[in-house]
Amino acid sequence: MEKPFRRIFRLVALAAALALGACKPSGFSEEEKRIIGQLRLSELAKLQPDPTNRHADEPLAAAFGATLFFDTRLSSDGVVSCATCHQIDNQFQDGLPLARAIGITDRRTMPLADVAHGPWFFWDGRRDSLWAQALVPLEEAREHGGNRTAYARMMAERYRERYERIFGPLPDFSGLPENASPLGTEAERAVWTAMGEAERDAVDRVFSNIGKAIAAFERTIAHGETRFDRFAEAVVAGREPEGDARFSALEIEGLKLFIGKANCIDCHNGPRFTDDHFHNTGVPPVEGLPDDRGRAQAVAELVGDPFNCLGKYSDAGPEACEELRFMRRDGAELERAFKTPSLRGAAARPPYMHSGQIATLEEVVDHYSRAPEAASGQSEIGGVIFTDRGKAALIAFLKTLDPG
Amino acid sequence: MAGKSRTILIVAAGIAAIVIAGMLAMHFLSAPSDDLDLSRSKASAAGLYRVSVAPEAEPLRQGPLHSWIVTVATPDGAAVEDARITVDGGMPQHSHGLPTEPQSTGHIGDGRYRIEGVRFNMGGWWVLKFAIEAPAGRDEAEFNVVL
Repeated sequence: MEKPFRRIFRLVALAAALALGACKPSGFSEEEKRIIGQLRLSELAKLQPDPTNRHADEPLAAAFGATLFFDTRLSSDGVVSCATCHQIDNQFQDGLPLARAIGITDRRTMPLADVAHGPWFFWDGRRDSLWAQALVPLEEAREHGGNRTAYARMMAERYRERYERIFGPLPDFSGLPENASPLGTEAERAVWTAMGEAERDAVDRVFSNIGKAIAAFERTIAHGETRFDRFAEAVVAGREPEGDARFSALEIEGLKLFIGKANCIDCHNGPRFTDDHFHNTGVPPVEGLPDDRGRAQAVAELVGDPFNCLGKYSDAGPEACEELRFMRRDGAELERAFKTPSLRGAAARPPYMHSGQIATLEEVVDHYSRAPEAASGQSEIGGVIFTDRGKAALIAFLKTLDPG
Repeated sequence: MAGKSRTILIVAAGIAAIVIAGMLAMHFLSAPSDDLDLSRSKASAAGLYRVSVAPEAEPLRQGPLHSWIVTVATPDGAAVEDARITVDGGMPQHSHGLPTEPQSTGHIGDGRYRIEGVRFNMGGWWVLKFAIEAPAGRDEAEFNVVL
């Protein structure tokens, strides 16, 4: 009597199991495998030459850049170096919501691993090369607080030999004012304006070379393989992951969410887990800080930057400046848009977002789940409903991207 | 007995229906529809031109800045060599535009034009729209690209 029903029940159960098989934690669909493959560190292309910096891949320049990176004399108070915020034992960041050097800035320090692969620098992409980026904190009053004339003199006085071996003879800086810069204090700006054009150009040349040496060093900072990479290599090769490459059911669930329903992969894609673009994700402004419109307010500064790819201190011809020439210059999408950060190592470096607005990964997932409206412009995130287990899974997966 | 079996059957069928509906929903929410027109050659909207497009280098990849070649001809196949082409586009499912401002950097012969500065920063369904202005008039052609 029961048999036909049992058979039907069994058939239905089998069909359901087969259908669910595509979502079985240990099994990935071909499409999932393809996406997982794209995220592997081994997929990261060899770092391309930087045509704007002819010294970018010279070991001498990188070594000199490393010295400069850690030299606290490159600051007005003799205490701050690049490494004050970009800490070598801390993923080259500082773990603070807002960077602290001479003063407190308005933004979170960014980590440096493989940063040279991206076309834009800073959270808003207001510089288009690593060397042009490195120059900005050197003159920012709340960071190094120095000025380019003082830095140029310092090269002549303290680093002449090392500088000249890379960049050629330094000009005669004997009559150069002690402190002058087009971006400094009122007094420094006045002195800068009073200098002759040739003298200003000579200082700018040396200043840009300081950035080029620092950039050459920063280009050597790379990500290490993570548990995720070992897992993904096995998945792509069709092997069973072994040892620490084995993922827990929760981690697999998190990975599936990441590349699937949670849509993280839309922006956090490729081996660096970033699309190198700018997005408004409705991150709230910080009370007490100046209004921060991100990319919308960065474009004009980037175009006007004398150290950009098209400027006279770039070693590239205009044909190499495609990023700058074809970048999106206006439109509502730039409003409060910030660069997608890499997620490699992100679990180990709270707080999150461009001004450290969000303290923990749990709250980051909550933010993407709630998808609040942006203070201005339009948030791109749609809101994903996570179960508690889904939230835990996503976080467990993100931890597999930690170094070590 | 029969009643119990029927209940089991109904419950089982219900579960199967939910699973299948879920699978379908996941499929349709995550992928553009299968009947999306992916042709790379077509008549422009008002039929003024025959427009063909192709990335300058295959395979098409997500991420890098790259160029496309747009070929413009009259409906009877004669090359259009004095067209002005502007580019727009975006991701219809994400309601955002292109991440860059691609531009036609000139005619390279035989009605072919190089469009530089294209980037697809996300996987999924993209639309590239080409507005063509030539002596025969202004017309548009829209192409779907799936990455």
